[in-house]
Amino acid sequence: MGNPVLGIKNLKKKFGDHEVLKDISFSVKKGEVVVVLGPSGCGKSTLLRCINALESIQGGEIFLDREKISGNVKNLHKIRQKIGMVFQSYDLFPHMNVLRNVTLAPEKAQHRPKEEVEKEAEELLHRVGLADKKDAYPRQLSGGQKQRAAIVRALCMHPEVMLFDEVTASLDPEMVREVLDVMLEMAKEGRTMVIVTHEMQFAKAVADRIIFMDQGNIIEEGSPKEFFEHPKTERARQFLNVFEFEA
Amino acid sequence: MQDLGISVLFQGDNFIRLMGGLWITIRISLISVLFSMIFGVILGIIMMWKNPVTKVITKIYLEFIRIMPQLVLLFLVYFGSAKHFGWDFSGEMASIIVFVFWGTAEMGDLVRGALGSISIHQIESGKALGLTGGQIYWYVLIPQAVKRLIPQAMNLVTRMIKTTSLIVLIGVVEVVKIGQQMIEAARLTQPSAALWIYGVIFFLYFIICYPVSVLAAHLEKKWKD
Repeated sequence: MGNPVLGIKNLKKKFGDHEVLKDISFSVKKGEVVVVLGPSGCGKSTLLRCINALESIQGGEIFLDREKISGNVKNLHKIRQKIGMVFQSYDLFPHMNVLRNVTLAPEKAQHRPKEEVEKEAEELLHRVGLADKKDAYPRQLSGGQKQRAAIVRALCMHPEVMLFDEVTASLDPEMVREVLDVMLEMAKEGRTMVIVTHEMQFAKAVADRIIFMDQGNIIEEGSPKEFFEHPKTERARQFLNVFEFEA
Repeated sequence: MQDLGISVLFQGDNFIRLMGGLWITIRISLISVLFSMIFGVILGIIMMWKNPVTKVITKIYLEFIRIMPQLVLLFLVYFGSAKHFGWDFSGEMASIIVFVFWGTAEMGDLVRGALGSISIHQIESGKALGLTGGQIYWYVLIPQAVKRLIPQAMNLVTRMIKTTSLIVLIGVVEVVKIGQQMIEAARLTQPSAALWIYGVIFFLYFIICYPVSVLAAHLEKKWKD
């Protein structure tokens, strides 16, 4: 693992008077997989949305490859091309087939040649088991297939870092696995990823580092082994207990 | 056979006059539809703004146009504006003004509905992919809005074409008026002309509106999600 790809310094985010992110600082190295855990409403999804400027921020700085990206309004779309994001609700474009969903942004936003993009898109779709679905429309796919297509769509932009915002949260239980497998595969390939999830077993398996958040602060940070076996804070212990009870 | 009312249609230049009247109808419809679509898209986008002032103004405009019968609007613009403001619109001009006002309101509401029904996530997902604002509109929002819009917009177009038959009442000599003139002229010689002429006019409206309806039904079926 190399240099920091993503750096976040003293990030603050408010919705009106409500402070959602109080003072968040962390960095992600190249090839590192960081999983952000925390109870609902702790600000972890908002954190991801701030990173690629889907939300404005009220303080702090965000760096990508040591270059400051926060506050750079003019080249926002250029910056976002380097940050892949996958959402909970898939959000494929319903009027385009799977292949077009994947190739649209590389072609139009990055101006890459059509043949090259299509070739890569087909390879990626093949790797996530969707080779035969490239001409299908999103409405013809299952939730798990849609989410895999959405991952490929983000991947085809060659992002430097991928953000996953609870990507399995609205899937049927039997489809969660197929999506997590794809992500696990990506992690092994050495991609830089920041993952927000509620799948504890998956977090344990995929993460190089866990960040635990509560009420807009980072409470604890450490290796999955440390965090799951010997949580340092009472809050983290409580949080993990809830999951153990469920299991 | 000399009694057959249809023969009136081929007396003198009657047929050409009727076609001339039809052209007036089509011309007024085309101009009104064209401007209504353009202004309607603009109005629809304005109606999406969160500004309370534009919200109230557009709402009042829409409700006013919807509550007023088109005939009353026609009288208001044709007679009312002449009496109170001294504007002397031709009947055709007054008709176009009314139809554009009406069509814009209806079209605006359709556009607002279509844009509003597209999930915010579509915009965010376009942003997250690094598309520019223009690209998101062009590749993501507009195709989806148009898809939802076209069947209703087609319906509006046929309604506008049919409603042009009202403008005979402010003295525009369009297809219905010419038909009436022909019937009047032949009243003594061919008493059955009325049925035939109105029958032909019915058929003329039909051949204009039917293709639009078929197209609407076709697109609706094709784009059903």
